[in-house]
Amino acid sequence: MTYQFDFSSLLPYWQQFAEGLWLTLQLSAISTVLGFVGGALCAIARADGPPWLQRVVGAYVEVIRNTPLLVQVFLVYFGIASLGLMVDANLAAVIALVVNVVAYTCEIMRAGIESVHKAQVEAAECLGLNRRQTYWHVVLRPAIERVYPALVSQYVLLMLASSITSQISAEELTAVANRIQSDTFRAFETYIVVGLLYLALSFVVRWAFWGFGMLVFTRRRKLGTAL
Amino acid sequence: MPSFGLVHLEFLAIAAFWTIGLSAVAFIGGGMLGFVIALMRVSPSRLVRGIAITYVQVVQGTPLLILLFLIYFGLAIIGFDQLPAIIAAGIGLTIYSSGFLGEIWRGCIESVPKTQWEAAECLAMTRWQRMTRVILPQALRIATAPTVGFLVQIVKNTSLASVVGFVELAQAGKLINNSIFQPFMVFVTVAVFYFIICFPLSAWSRGLERRLNVGRR
Repeated sequence: MTYQFDFSSLLPYWQQFAEGLWLTLQLSAISTVLGFVGGALCAIARADGPPWLQRVVGAYVEVIRNTPLLVQVFLVYFGIASLGLMVDANLAAVIALVVNVVAYTCEIMRAGIESVHKAQVEAAECLGLNRRQTYWHVVLRPAIERVYPALVSQYVLLMLASSITSQISAEELTAVANRIQSDTFRAFETYIVVGLLYLALSFVVRWAFWGFGMLVFTRRRKLGTAL
Repeated sequence: MPSFGLVHLEFLAIAAFWTIGLSAVAFIGGGMLGFVIALMRVSPSRLVRGIAITYVQVVQGTPLLILLFLIYFGLAIIGFDQLPAIIAAGIGLTIYSSGFLGEIWRGCIESVPKTQWEAAECLAMTRWQRMTRVILPQALRIATAPTVGFLVQIVKNTSLASVVGFVELAQAGKLINNSIFQPFMVFVTVAVFYFIICFPLSAWSRGLERRLNVGRR
């Protein structure tokens, strides 16, 4: 093999890499927050909503989970455009990512909610907690706590999947890499650098979630173990 | 401008077969490699375990898109620049699925109760016998449902093979959309095709899971 690696020609582009990384982080952070809230609401609707709502949410979850994100991204981006609305690629990316991750969050949270024992709810009723208190203290919080690791994995996957939005030219890390490699003809090196950046980011995101979990789930902190 | 018609539907149907073909390649390749990874993950040697852990971390920590680009350009560098797209796509998806399947199967192997390992040891079985006669048959039962579930992920992720020039469903949809520009019609149809492939797999996986947990209800 006579290939000469040349990472130095990528150095002048460090600012663009940084900008791409920043946008990737922003995209994933926004989608994670919105996805969590939306997913929690969907999970509640699916567990305790009226039957028609349960069916609608169930169908939505199935459709999203059984079609690729790439196609969803195309549908949102080109679909909105064909309605005559001009929409920024980054906004379309966020919409597609949120629509996608809400479905996954809903499914994970539903598993958590279902894992709460009926006796716990009955006990809460006996203690005179009202519906909202029961939901928050007895059902939702322990449910989230229990599925937290699964949620974290899902959001790390979301961060990685945000690379797919480069296909509609949202200017995140992968799109930046595509541009730089066509500028420098150093494709292999560029993607190695970007791959390492994603790898580092996935570790950072994991640690951040771990720390956040330690802060939020005080019971787990006291016990020092996963519940 | 021509509108969406039977010709396009036929084109998509053919592309759907390529999607299924690529999924099969990824599943078989990824399954074999993933099995090795799973065994390495439970190896008594710390070095072997470390290698497998690093492999899994790297594969699960980088986007499939980047992995595909790396393989595509990497193959070109070592002199294979005339390879058909299915090879680059197949290798990329194989590596991707092996990282995830290896980790899924490790979980299944480790979920076989410790007493089973000890009992096999007491019967003076060798490590090989213990694995093939005691642990793996039990792990297999646990592994079916999540494996079928992961198949859905593989099918969906073949859509990314379009970036290395492989014409599967998503890429076919893009090509049709470029010529007739009816994005809603085209991509909804593409999504329906994916749904038709994936939904039975999801339902099957759920069914398997329910049957497995029958004793717990």
